[in-house]
Amino acid sequence: MAPLLLFLAVAYLWPFLGVVKWSFTLPEPGLGQYGAVLTDPLVQSVFIRTLRICLIVTLVSVVAAYAITVVWVRGTPTQRMLAEFCILVPFWISVLTRAFGWVALLSNRGLINTWLQSIGFISEPLALVRNELGVIIGMTHFLIPFAVFPLASAMRNLDDRVLLAARGMGASRTRTFWSVFVPMTMSGIIGSALIVFVFALGFFVTPAILGGGRSVMVAELVYLRIFQSPDWGLGSAISVVLVLFVGALMALLFRYVRPRQMV
Amino acid sequence: MPTYRPGPVTLICATLVALFLLMPLLAVIPVSFTPSRMLAMPSGELSLRHYRALVEDPRWIDGILLSIRIGIVSGVFSTLLALCFSLGVWMFQPRFAALLVGFVLLPMVVPPVVSAITIYFLLTSLSGVVPWFGYDTWLGVAMAHSVMTVPFATVLILVALSQVDRRIDLAARGLGASVWERAMQIIIPNIKFGIVAAALLSFVLSWEEIGVTLFITSVNAITLPRLMWMGLRDNIDPSIAAISVILIMVTVAVLAARRLVEHRQQRRRPTA
Repeated sequence: MAPLLLFLAVAYLWPFLGVVKWSFTLPEPGLGQYGAVLTDPLVQSVFIRTLRICLIVTLVSVVAAYAITVVWVRGTPTQRMLAEFCILVPFWISVLTRAFGWVALLSNRGLINTWLQSIGFISEPLALVRNELGVIIGMTHFLIPFAVFPLASAMRNLDDRVLLAARGMGASRTRTFWSVFVPMTMSGIIGSALIVFVFALGFFVTPAILGGGRSVMVAELVYLRIFQSPDWGLGSAISVVLVLFVGALMALLFRYVRPRQMV
Repeated sequence: MPTYRPGPVTLICATLVALFLLMPLLAVIPVSFTPSRMLAMPSGELSLRHYRALVEDPRWIDGILLSIRIGIVSGVFSTLLALCFSLGVWMFQPRFAALLVGFVLLPMVVPPVVSAITIYFLLTSLSGVVPWFGYDTWLGVAMAHSVMTVPFATVLILVALSQVDRRIDLAARGLGASVWERAMQIIIPNIKFGIVAAALLSFVLSWEEIGVTLFITSVNAITLPRLMWMGLRDNIDPSIAAISVILIMVTVAVLAARRLVEHRQQRRRPTA
């Protein structure tokens, strides 16, 4: 037990405190960097863009995941197998491969634009990637499998007889779904939305590739501040703010969903 | 027994989602056969030049070998650490166990970019003291990957331990087994599948880790994902499509094999 605690204390906690120290001391001691986080218009616009993208991505991912999870949990054996395949294969494939797949589909010389141009539907290629739309598509694709797991556990715990009772008492399929099925899986919906949102906040690879430097999100801003226009203090301060924000969201998550239910 | 099945509307929505999930994976296949040096759809003729580039270009081979080496070292290391930790928590049930587990799981929930600059800080400070272990060395990367994968390994081993019947451990203790004997002869044999799963997951996570690797490598320790990243950022190199197709094939094959094994086990034990 001790070795791991020691390892993480030395390799993680101590350097994190170092980063916190940077945020207070670079370039000069004081709270200047936190003031910059709050007032700098560039940092602000990045934070607002990040929140906007994360909210859209969370909404779309949870709705999409809900549809496929219903089939995965309650479909016929064949439907279940197909759904499982479509969820697990992307889940295990590296984020780079998946981002590259979207570049291949959406870029100016990609599959969709080539095809639309060849049938004469458009003359100029559509700007589908290297902008916010591309980031949203790529992140949604990455996060759907993560949204599926909490939903699946909520749906598995749901008693079949309740649904059959609703149908038996004359509720239509639609009514059963909206007034029984959805409310009874609400804990899964909240859990999965929070997980997706937390993951999306700190996302780096997909926005960097599909955003093409134009729609920078918080994580990429940290990278740029550390490596391209060195301002380590600001990069560290943004990280600390990000950790506090995620911490608050996790606290919220654990109030709604007991950890045991999530696996 | 009748069960509640999804209706037609749900099925249509789910099919659309499934297509959305598979689309980018299918899209890389035609791109990988393009004869062009740039990212484009093949028009007419197909070519294997990007696959040949993977075999002939030493950068790709070096990247793959390095990723395997780092994956094995960090996988074994983080599994061992996770095993010691989980056994300690399970056998001694210390006070504040939940707090300790929470601490260990931190790298899993903290945004990766924050972990990345944290480890960047650590390795650049180490570089001054031990140059072969600091920034841009393979050992540094292996250590960073261990930090990132150890929470996942710990979760898997703790889940495996939660299935173990405490009474067998109590029996061993009653018969006079020492702590070491209990751990080695009683508990570990009972969770061996969990340990193997933890090691495999750690390897896979390290194999595809990019968020942290990007911050702590520059020219020497170029892992496969790092190489792919460079090809994606600068001007897009279709060799990435070729390596992606291979990675997708391996993933599908592994998942299909697992499915087959499970299927066979279920047939052997119809009640399970």
